[in-house]
Amino acid sequence: MSDTLLRLEHVDVGFATDDGTVSAVSDVSLSVSEGEIFGLVGESGCGKTTLAMAAMGLLPANASVRGSVRFQGQELVGLGPDDFRRLRGDRISMVFQDPMTSLDPAFSIGEQVSETITAHRDVSKKHARDRALALLAGVGIPEPERRYEDAPHRLSGGMRQRVVIATALANEPALLLADEPTTALDVTIQSQVLDLLRDLRHRLRTTIVLITHDLGVIAQICDRVGVMYAGQLVETATVAEIFRAPRHPYTQALLAALPTQDQVPGTLRVIPGRVPNLADPPPGCRFASRCPFVMEVCTTVPPLAHETADHLIACWLSEATREAGRPTGAATGGAA
Amino acid sequence: MNGQLLLSDDVAAVQPGAPILRVSGLVKHFSTDRGLLGGGAKLHAVDGVDLEINPGEVLAVVGESGSGKSTLARCILRLIDPTAGRIVFDGRDVTALKGRRLADFRQQVQPVFQDPFSSIDPRWRVGKSVAEALDAFAIGTRSERRARVLDLLDRVGLDPSLAGRRPHELSGGQRQRVGIAAALAPSPRLIVADEPVSALDVSVQAQVLNLLADLQRDLRLAILFVAHDLAVVEHISHRTAVMYLGKIVETGPTEAVFRDPRHPYTKALLAAIPHPDPERRATGSVLQGEIPSAVAPPSGCRFRTRCPVAIERCVTDEPGMTVFGEGHTAACHVARAELRGPVD
Repeated sequence: MSDTLLRLEHVDVGFATDDGTVSAVSDVSLSVSEGEIFGLVGESGCGKTTLAMAAMGLLPANASVRGSVRFQGQELVGLGPDDFRRLRGDRISMVFQDPMTSLDPAFSIGEQVSETITAHRDVSKKHARDRALALLAGVGIPEPERRYEDAPHRLSGGMRQRVVIATALANEPALLLADEPTTALDVTIQSQVLDLLRDLRHRLRTTIVLITHDLGVIAQICDRVGVMYAGQLVETATVAEIFRAPRHPYTQALLAALPTQDQVPGTLRVIPGRVPNLADPPPGCRFASRCPFVMEVCTTVPPLAHETADHLIACWLSEATREAGRPTGAATGGAA
Repeated sequence: MNGQLLLSDDVAAVQPGAPILRVSGLVKHFSTDRGLLGGGAKLHAVDGVDLEINPGEVLAVVGESGSGKSTLARCILRLIDPTAGRIVFDGRDVTALKGRRLADFRQQVQPVFQDPFSSIDPRWRVGKSVAEALDAFAIGTRSERRARVLDLLDRVGLDPSLAGRRPHELSGGQRQRVGIAAALAPSPRLIVADEPVSALDVSVQAQVLNLLADLQRDLRLAILFVAHDLAVVEHISHRTAVMYLGKIVETGPTEAVFRDPRHPYTKALLAAIPHPDPERRATGSVLQGEIPSAVAPPSGCRFRTRCPVAIERCVTDEPGMTVFGEGHTAACHVARAELRGPVD
C-alpha cells in the first residue's frame, strides 16, 4: 500500500474513576495507509471505540490520553477543542452505530448535509445544496430532490445511515472512522451499506477505519485488521492472514467461538474465565489468565512485533515477540 | 444429578410423532388508530402462520425487522391474544385459555428474551428470580424450592453462591444464564427464545449456545428459537422457518433451507450473510429497497416488490406452499414453475 495516513504510537487511555484509573487502552501502536479499509475488532470493553474517540478528541474530561496520534503528519494528541472541531467533519469524519446520534431530528436530511459543507467551506447556499443532492444520490437515496426536505424520522434505519454517510463525506474527508456502522441494520440492508463503503473507497479513495465486533463484517470489506483485547492490541495482519492463520491465542479462540453448521451443537469452543478488571489490570499480557498456553513470561507485556512484513503479533509464543522483547527486557507492565 | 431428575419429569408423556405445538392460521393485527392513514388502519404483523414443533426439536424462525417473528413468539407465549387462528399445545387448544388453565400452560411454555432484564426483576436477588415461577405455581415445599434453585443455577453453569447476588453484579452472559435458569424452573416442555444470544459477545454467545444445546438434548426440550443471525440458526436448529412481512415463505430441515433455498427471499438473506471468511465475499447486494409497510402489504406475493425474479402472476395471486423435499416447502410461483418444468 501507499503512504501512511494515520499512525498511532504507544497510545494509552486512562479514565479517572472513583475506583482509581481504568486503563481502557494500553500501549497501542498501529498505522493505517492511504486508501485502505482497516478493521479494528474486539469484544465489548476491549477499547476499540475508546481508541477511536481518543484519536478524534471526543473523550470526556476524566480521560487522559498519552502517546502519539499522527494524522497526515499532524500530531493530534494535545490538540485543542477548536482545532479538533475544525478537523472533524472536514478532513476526518465519523459514522456511528445509531444514525440518530448524528442526525438532528429538527432539520431536513438535505439541510444536514449542506450545513456540514457550509460549516467548513466558504461556498454559496446554492452550491452547498447542489453538492448535498449529489452526495445523497451518491449514497443511494432514491429521488434526492424529493427527499431533500424530509425529516430524518421519515426515513428507515438503513436510509438514515446512508444520510449519515453522505454527511460524513460532505467535505471529502481523507479518513472516515466508522464505529459499528451496520450493527443496528438488518442483514440485507447491512450488505447494501457495506457495498456502499466498498464503492466509496474505490470511487473516492477514502481511507476507512471500521470498528466492529463482527468478524463477518471484517472479512467482507477490510484489507487489514487489528484485534484488541482488554485494551491491548494483540495482533494485526491482512484480513486473509487473520482468517487463514491467526497467530495470537485470543484471535484463535475468538474465531473458534463462531458458530458454524459443521460443529455439533453444544461443542462450540468457549473462552474460559472473564475479562480482567481494567481498574486493576494484571501485569503483562491481559489475556494470560484465560490463555491455554500461558507461561511465566506472560506477566511481562509482550511487545507487538513483526512476524512478517504484514503480520504483527504480541505474544511470547511468537519468536518475533521474544526477539523484540530481548534487549533490556524493554516494556514494563501496563499503562501506569 | 438431582436437578437433572427433577427437570426430566413429564417428558415421556408426549406421544411419539405428535407435535408438541401446532399453530394454524395464526393472525395478529394491530390497529394503528393514530397512524398516517387515519383511523382503522391495521398493521398485519402476523398474517396466517402455520407451524409445528416436535418434542425435543429446535425450530428457528428467522426474518428481518418487521417480519413479525417476535409477535408470533409473543402470541405463542400467550402474552398477547391472536386476532385469529389456533394454538394447540400437547393436543389441547390453548388459544383462548384463561385463569388457572392459562397458568398451567405457562408452566409448560417458558420464555427466554434477548434482554434477561425483561423477564427478571433487576431489584431481586438471583435466587428469587429463579424461584419466582416455583413460588407462583406453588411447586414443592419451601426447602425443595430452595434446593431446586441451587440445582438450576448449577445446571446452567452458574456457581450456586451467586443466588444472593443482584443482576447488576453479573456479566451479560451470567444474566442470560439466570434468565434460562428461571425459564427452566417449572420444568417446561417448550422454550420460546426470542433473540437469546444477540446481545452477547461472540465468546459469551458460544457459551450460551452450548448451554441451550445441552439442555435441549438432555431434557428433550423443544425450543422455538427466534433470531436474525443466520449463522447461529444454522448451527443450532433442526428446522428453519423464514418469515417475511407476517408470513412464512419457506420452511424445512435447516440443512435443506440453507443448502438448497427455494424462495428468492431466503436466497437473498443467505447471500447477505457476512461470512467470516474473506474468500467468501458477497458480490454486491442482491436485494434492493427495504421491507414495505405492514399496514398496506403488497398484493399477491408480499415479496414481489423487492423480488429479482417476480413475474406478473406475483402481483395478483398469493403463492401457496409447494413441497420441494421431505418437510421442505416454499411459497413462490417462480420456484414452483421451475420445479414443475417449463414455465407456462
